[in-house]
Amino acid sequence: MNAVATIDWHDQIFDVLQDHDIKQVYHVPDAGHGKLIEACQKSNSMRTLALTTEEEGIPLAAGAWLGGQRSVLLMQSSGVGNTINLMGLTKTLRFPFLTLITMRGEPGEFNSWQYPMGQGTPKVLEAMGVLVMSVDKADAVKETVDHAARSAFNGGQAVAVLLRQKLIGIKTFGKK
Amino acid sequence: MSSKISGATLQRRPLVKKILEGADGNLLVVAGLGSSNWDITNAGDRPLNMPLWGAMGGTVPMGLGLALAQPTKRVLVITGDADLMMTLSALATVAAQQPDNLAICVLDNEKFGETGNQASHTSPRNNGPTGSGAGTDLAMIAKGCGIADTGTVTEQGDVAQLVKDLRAKKGPVFRLVKVMVEKLEFVMPPQDGAHLKDRFRQALLGRP
Repeated sequence: MNAVATIDWHDQIFDVLQDHDIKQVYHVPDAGHGKLIEACQKSNSMRTLALTTEEEGIPLAAGAWLGGQRSVLLMQSSGVGNTINLMGLTKTLRFPFLTLITMRGEPGEFNSWQYPMGQGTPKVLEAMGVLVMSVDKADAVKETVDHAARSAFNGGQAVAVLLRQKLIGIKTFGKK
Repeated sequence: MSSKISGATLQRRPLVKKILEGADGNLLVVAGLGSSNWDITNAGDRPLNMPLWGAMGGTVPMGLGLALAQPTKRVLVITGDADLMMTLSALATVAAQQPDNLAICVLDNEKFGETGNQASHTSPRNNGPTGSGAGTDLAMIAKGCGIADTGTVTEQGDVAQLVKDLRAKKGPVFRLVKVMVEKLEFVMPPQDGAHLKDRFRQALLGRP
């Protein structure tokens, strides 16, 4: 149990992204991805772009791919709805696309406003033809993200990994 | 009520032809859906053009991702007022990155051309019941987002400088060009997005 408890899956995701030669990292501010975003910002091999809306991430990824670079979009489930129209680009252009999504609005969630998009996230992604993978255990994060990156960049798919709320922890706003 | 017209005199087709004159392997072009797509295709379809048939609002971010991936090439985004209007805040993302190889040219006819020339938000206010917009100034918005080098072009006499700025000036460069409302023939590039992407990458990278 101790070995599992000490796994830092944020660090592992960073390593996987580096192994897959990710050059552009798109993000909005996010507590769940916070540590990963900081690692990417400090990296010499990656360029991080703070977005105004998650929607920008899809055409940015298409542009990066046109120019020969791989990218990843880091977002929260609450931002997934913002991307859906432009997510169609992944089908139309058929370019590799990888997004890692920290989940909110799952069982245990404190904030009722997070439920609609959190619960809708897998469904709307699947409706747009995105391959949806999911992970809720720290010791499975590395393998799952690695498989997702392979499906994207070797298999040419649009892939989303849902980092489940069980994995990230429930936001409490200081209450129990 | 007197009807105000924008009074634009520049014609988009010869203008875009001028902007793209002598385009070589160093010029990568992304054009927004509709008229801008037909405009760059009219100037000569080429693999290093990425003409969008949809993805409204995605043109500027696509140009940004490309510019960052290819810092030694010139990346030119050509699009319309309404396409930009849909993701105005992407200009702030451009400003945050300061890509020195990116130029954005907005052809502003103050209309939604593809749906029947309804007034867009850049149309003047108080311009009649169907012709009124908000008088939105996209160059001012670009400046406000943090793009220092912005400008508006309305005269034929400024076109030569416009072309120079778009093709060579240190970016990010933003130019708003007021163009006439015209009825023009559709000049269409291939439609298949995967094909457009693959031919672009083949020409640029030597692999699809």
